[in-house]
Amino acid sequence: MIMAQKTVLRKPRGFIDVYKHKPGAEKDRTHYCPGCGHGILHKLIAEALEDFDIVDKTIVISPVGCSVFAYYYFHTGNLQVPHGRAPAVATSVSRANPDSVVISYQGDGDLAAIGGNNILQAANRGENMVVFFVNNAIYGMTGGQMAPTTLEGQKTTTTPYGRNVKTDGYPIQVCEIINQLTAPVYVVRTSLHDMPNIRKTRAAVRKAIMNARDKKGFSFVEVLSMCPSGWKMDSVPAQAWIKENMIPRFPLNTFRDISENTPAVERPVPVMDPAEVKKILEYDALSDSNLQKNSDAAYDKVAVRIAGFGGQGIMSTGIALANVGMEYGYNVSWLPSYGPEMRGGTANCSVKIQEDTIGASECTEPDMVIAMNQPSLEKFEKIIVPGGALIYNSTLISIEPARTDVKVYPVPITGIADELGDTRVQSMVNVGAFAAVTGMFDPGEIENLMSSLFKGKPEKVMKLNEKAVRKGYEYVKENFS
Amino acid sequence: MNENRKYPFSEIDPDICKGCGLCVASCPKGVLVISEKLNSKGFHYSEYVGEGCIGCGNCFYTCPEPSAVTVYMKNYVEEEVS
Repeated sequence: MIMAQKTVLRKPRGFIDVYKHKPGAEKDRTHYCPGCGHGILHKLIAEALEDFDIVDKTIVISPVGCSVFAYYYFHTGNLQVPHGRAPAVATSVSRANPDSVVISYQGDGDLAAIGGNNILQAANRGENMVVFFVNNAIYGMTGGQMAPTTLEGQKTTTTPYGRNVKTDGYPIQVCEIINQLTAPVYVVRTSLHDMPNIRKTRAAVRKAIMNARDKKGFSFVEVLSMCPSGWKMDSVPAQAWIKENMIPRFPLNTFRDISENTPAVERPVPVMDPAEVKKILEYDALSDSNLQKNSDAAYDKVAVRIAGFGGQGIMSTGIALANVGMEYGYNVSWLPSYGPEMRGGTANCSVKIQEDTIGASECTEPDMVIAMNQPSLEKFEKIIVPGGALIYNSTLISIEPARTDVKVYPVPITGIADELGDTRVQSMVNVGAFAAVTGMFDPGEIENLMSSLFKGKPEKVMKLNEKAVRKGYEYVKENFS
Repeated sequence: MNENRKYPFSEIDPDICKGCGLCVASCPKGVLVISEKLNSKGFHYSEYVGEGCIGCGNCFYTCPEPSAVTVYMKNYVEEEVS
């Protein structure tokens, strides 16, 4: 509906009738200072939402700044989010509700400083949303400090001698930056400094909101706005100040308008159905087994730390133990810890297997340590609980453990694996040794799990790993029973 | 609505007005003034002098308070408000 057809101009229905969420007695007016540009822009947005009949499908994301309370006023869905993060939250809202109109409403401190990267990434992804960027060249809410958009030489509470570009840099021109990206469909800078420009702003607001309604993608509307309180001047001179000072630095322009020829945004629908997710994760294949826990086992719960060089099968040992534990119906956790290098660095992982729910998954006081090399033995034998167990790789470790209050199992892990013809099966030798020490797993039952543990691997590999489990198990049984 | 009022006209809620003066500056006919009187919040509110409004809507669009200004156009009919 164009303005000429309206028979009355009154508070738009995009606003809540009575601002019931606003504390205090004054539920009929905004918290904004006299002459604040926010109110004008709010009104233009609320009017457009009413005119397009999309109030009910709009979600406004309020930022931190003076407009932090935008949710008091808009009769839409509302979220108020951490400083600078409105585009990130708007992204999730927009993706989860592709049919909604998502508005991210932000100031210059919020958008250009704290949320500088958030806005760039959202714009670059071409998220279907409108961003209203209210630029008043200062941090208004906190009392008029310098913002990224503060003009050269402008006095603020933190630049009492004026912004000095030698120390504070130059005003950031956000529209120009956004316009460097490929995805945005509408990038415009308007101003509220006089009536013709307020009407141009109105047109830009309506265009941007229509883009979001029609799923055209990312629209960015920068609005030069007055902050009479922060600038310490009256409202009308504040409008003149925009014209004289801000516009030379922030030229008004439609930087881009390609929405007309842009097709509606269509994204692949993410899989949200739990049954489907389980299928993708092959959850059912894992939970098919009906293995019974061994009630006579030496351990009914275990926290084990496995440590060695990267490449010694440390992580695979942990994953295999956790998976087997899961097949037996235990609660399990696996927590890896390693350096930046994939092979050759030090690596360790924590595995917990128990009946109860697991809290912390790191084993700081393990019941058992499996040490694959000497530095790991020296480091981790210290933290085993008294009476716990220490399995160490006697092929590579020539020293004796220092601890005498734990049960020690020297097992030639690397040697056994080499005898089988492949050093890589060390991890399954570990699993076999673990089964023998704890009694929690049966090697024959583990063999039946090979097809799920080594899914997609050749039969030969499974057979070899079966042997490795058996050898590790038997070595412990024969030598330490 | 007062039957004798001459359409179009601008109606300003004296209690909601914060007296910023943007509407007065934007009025092409100069028919809005800042009142000598104060409202309950202590603002000199803006008011319509009673005649000369052309229904341009400037005061409505420049006013930062959503509900302070209402402009009734020439062809206004009561039923609009639901």
